[in-house]
Amino acid sequence: MRYLPKSPAERQEMLGAIGAKSVDELFSGIPERFRLREALKIPGPYSEAEVIQYFKERAAENSIGYASFLGAGVYNHLRSVVTDAIIQRGEFLTSYTPYQAEITQGTLQAIFEFQTLMCQLTGQEVANASMYDGSTAATEAVLMAERVTGRPRVLVARSVHPEYREVLKTYAKNSGLRVEEIPFTTSGTVDAKTLQVALKEDVAAVVVQSPNFFGAIESYAPLAEIAHAAGAMFVVVIAEGLSLGLVKPPVEADIVAMEGQSFGLAPSYGGPFAGVIASRDKFVRQMPGRLAGQTTDSDGQRGFVLTLATREQHIRREKATSNICTNQALCALAATVHLTLLGKEGLREMAEQNLSKAQFALSELLKIPGVRRTFDAPFFNEFTVEMPRSVKILNSQLLHEKIIGPLALGTPYPELTKHALVCVTETTTRAEIERFAGALKNALQRPI
Amino acid sequence: MNTKIKKASRHTNQSEGLIFEKSSPGKRAFELPPLDVPGADPAKALGANHRSTGIEGFPEVSEIEVLRHFTRLSTWNYAIDLGMYPLGSCTMKYNPRVNEFVARLDGIATEHPYQPQELSQGCLKIMRLLEQCLLEITGMDALTLQPAAGAHGEMTGLLLIRAYLEKQGNPRKKVLIPDSAHGTNPATAVIAGYEVENIKSESHGQVDVDKLRDLVTGDVAALMLTNPSTLGIFEQRIPEIAEILHAKGALLYMDGANMNALTGVTRPGDLGVDVMHLNLHKTFSTPHGGGGPGAGPVAMKKILEPFRPVPILVEKEGGRLVLEPVRPDSIGRVKAFTGNFGVLVRALAYILAYGPGVRQATEDAVLNANYIRKHLEGAYELPYSLPSMHEVVFSDALQKKNGVSTMDIAKRLIDYGFHPYTTAFPLIVAGAMMIEPTESESKEECDLFIDAMKSIAEEAATKPEMVKTAPHTTRVRRLDEVGAARKPILRWKPAVPRSEAAD
Repeated sequence: MRYLPKSPAERQEMLGAIGAKSVDELFSGIPERFRLREALKIPGPYSEAEVIQYFKERAAENSIGYASFLGAGVYNHLRSVVTDAIIQRGEFLTSYTPYQAEITQGTLQAIFEFQTLMCQLTGQEVANASMYDGSTAATEAVLMAERVTGRPRVLVARSVHPEYREVLKTYAKNSGLRVEEIPFTTSGTVDAKTLQVALKEDVAAVVVQSPNFFGAIESYAPLAEIAHAAGAMFVVVIAEGLSLGLVKPPVEADIVAMEGQSFGLAPSYGGPFAGVIASRDKFVRQMPGRLAGQTTDSDGQRGFVLTLATREQHIRREKATSNICTNQALCALAATVHLTLLGKEGLREMAEQNLSKAQFALSELLKIPGVRRTFDAPFFNEFTVEMPRSVKILNSQLLHEKIIGPLALGTPYPELTKHALVCVTETTTRAEIERFAGALKNALQRPI
Repeated sequence: MNTKIKKASRHTNQSEGLIFEKSSPGKRAFELPPLDVPGADPAKALGANHRSTGIEGFPEVSEIEVLRHFTRLSTWNYAIDLGMYPLGSCTMKYNPRVNEFVARLDGIATEHPYQPQELSQGCLKIMRLLEQCLLEITGMDALTLQPAAGAHGEMTGLLLIRAYLEKQGNPRKKVLIPDSAHGTNPATAVIAGYEVENIKSESHGQVDVDKLRDLVTGDVAALMLTNPSTLGIFEQRIPEIAEILHAKGALLYMDGANMNALTGVTRPGDLGVDVMHLNLHKTFSTPHGGGGPGAGPVAMKKILEPFRPVPILVEKEGGRLVLEPVRPDSIGRVKAFTGNFGVLVRALAYILAYGPGVRQATEDAVLNANYIRKHLEGAYELPYSLPSMHEVVFSDALQKKNGVSTMDIAKRLIDYGFHPYTTAFPLIVAGAMMIEPTESESKEECDLFIDAMKSIAEEAATKPEMVKTAPHTTRVRRLDEVGAARKPILRWKPAVPRSEAAD
């Protein structure tokens, strides 16, 4: 087998050195009756060419050749080949968690740079080395707020990504945390009045997302004020990180939970991505996950180490701030390289293109009779429109035109049947937008 | 240079500051295609929420500078691609490059989790085949691919147990965990809402079955067992352990971190295990990437199947696959979207490359560990003498006499061109040295490692200072960890201009 570096003679020689007659003897610790005598029933062995062939065949059964208007937490953005070239360097790809600092300075410095970039983007003071994804980062942010405040309730905007809220509920069930939801207004933003009424002295955190699941941008200051007045922490979730190139950062937040997928990571059918938790210096000892810190070596040179590990499971065991061990380090590295490539100007320009294309797409769609905008709040690269017919049926008609239509909102929000979440990024061409609008118009003109 | 250091030699590497320190206004490394629609006015579109100026301190560098920056950083890392990485419990094996290639194919990397399922059959077939392979390997009945890592899988597994017991009327209070377990086990039990009760191992490092019998009461939900244990020893009485638990209505959770010792040789499902996670980034070769991403699928017996996290992959008539988002008894969702799909792709590519021959990988892993054990016995103390599986745990007891610790020996290994073994774990061995070579090491590499370890043992006896101050050849020396934690510097900040500093 091509991955195994031993000849039959070497195996025999090594067995001889051990003093074992056969390989079987090495497994003498396993009771005889439990040892498999038959070969596993799995396909293979495949040569490299056969492995590639298998996956190319599967790829051909997917959506190659379709234009897509899906976002909802996973965005298609330009990615430089430079990012991939760097993260495929074996020194990064095949290295372990940097516990041995002297021979992992590359990973450690890159994490330190990632932490810095995340702070710069979010307007926060400290960021960790990554969580699994946006949904688990949002959940860990709430658990962190529970630790800091010692309070048992959390108020979550219904405009937070539905799957993020589901994950939060799964974790909350056993920690005694009560999760309640706050509705949205006709503008598509958090209903501050209901929030105010629901806020009592027992609330650990108020959680909002911006741009929220409908693409609407929230105004942080008044919400933060309401939360802080009741002594609750203000937690901001960001699912589309690129928005921070153009939208004010949540400096009012106590904790920011972000999905980093937009920073150079492929959609990859839902993962792997990179979650981020950023917060205030004063809360750092309650943060989950790894942190890289700057220090000096015995010669006084600058170097980096994993630090504040007394929060973590391998030291604190049942008293740890989280059970997370493996995180999404290589994805965080990809985000670091990608953001460095974009730089100050590129980030801004990419964000501006998203805004311009989304504005253009909205104006094209609004030209179609019967299509209306659902909410009037400002948006970045996603917006919600109401269709005169079932979105699911329209989408199935669009498929004939090789278009994957916008997300139908009726399942997560029964009151928004016939409403669709449209996403347009810098990768969507004007021609695709026009083709989508034309196909939609045609579909609506056909009799039901 | 020590003539005994054969694997490594010194060479120049480049110095490199932080990327922020190289930044200069107006430089850029990325250009977008021209905008093909009318440009929107951000101030008008976003109103008061508009970030009107660029982010202060954000990098401004050219493409070659970015490439050199990260390439230089990369050369400061050790990696499997450079040599043996004998970190016990971490299974640092070869990461085949074809796995990276297929995960990046158009039609694989490009797919959106919300695209219509009729346009996702390729992705779903990959998940289905991986499920089938993992079920065959573990001998279990049902599986979820949702968890993003091992600890996430542990949590999912305990939530399954909790939901199952709750359905029977009582979720119970405690989870039993041997003192040799990974730290994630107790941390996870707490997240799942359980109290942790630690069990002391018996004198051979195995679970004390008699003590276990006393501890398993109606309050106990499960035992979390790593098998082989973190000592690299198979739990020989595991079927009996399962019986004790089952007799009291409790379940057996197996931490599958050490599945590299068992794949193709024995199946946890046949041993009485009710639920377990697999670390695809260990046993199934998906790259560690400096700490992740991983994936932690959970395999389970039939009784736990109704509680699996959504979405559930279901095969309909005609072989059409669908992901179902709702199940009445499900524990809910543990992660957004469809697991760490890109990691699942790589793991399946690995399994297909071996086929049933994956057993040979297990055999070679165990052969390597035992070969190293045989050659280092005597030079280092072996605290537990039962047969080793895929890893062997020594202690620094002999070297301690000269004031040399497991950490010192580990650091000295760096000078010899190796990554250190796992230090100071498991906790039940004072000064533990946990060595897991994996199947990816040739006899030659194992021999070099043995020579290095023997040479260090000799140095520890004759010139202990040399070992205690190691490493001597790295670009940085031992780092001040205490200082780092006392006054944490966790991000770069621009230097304060002189005029302001003077104020």
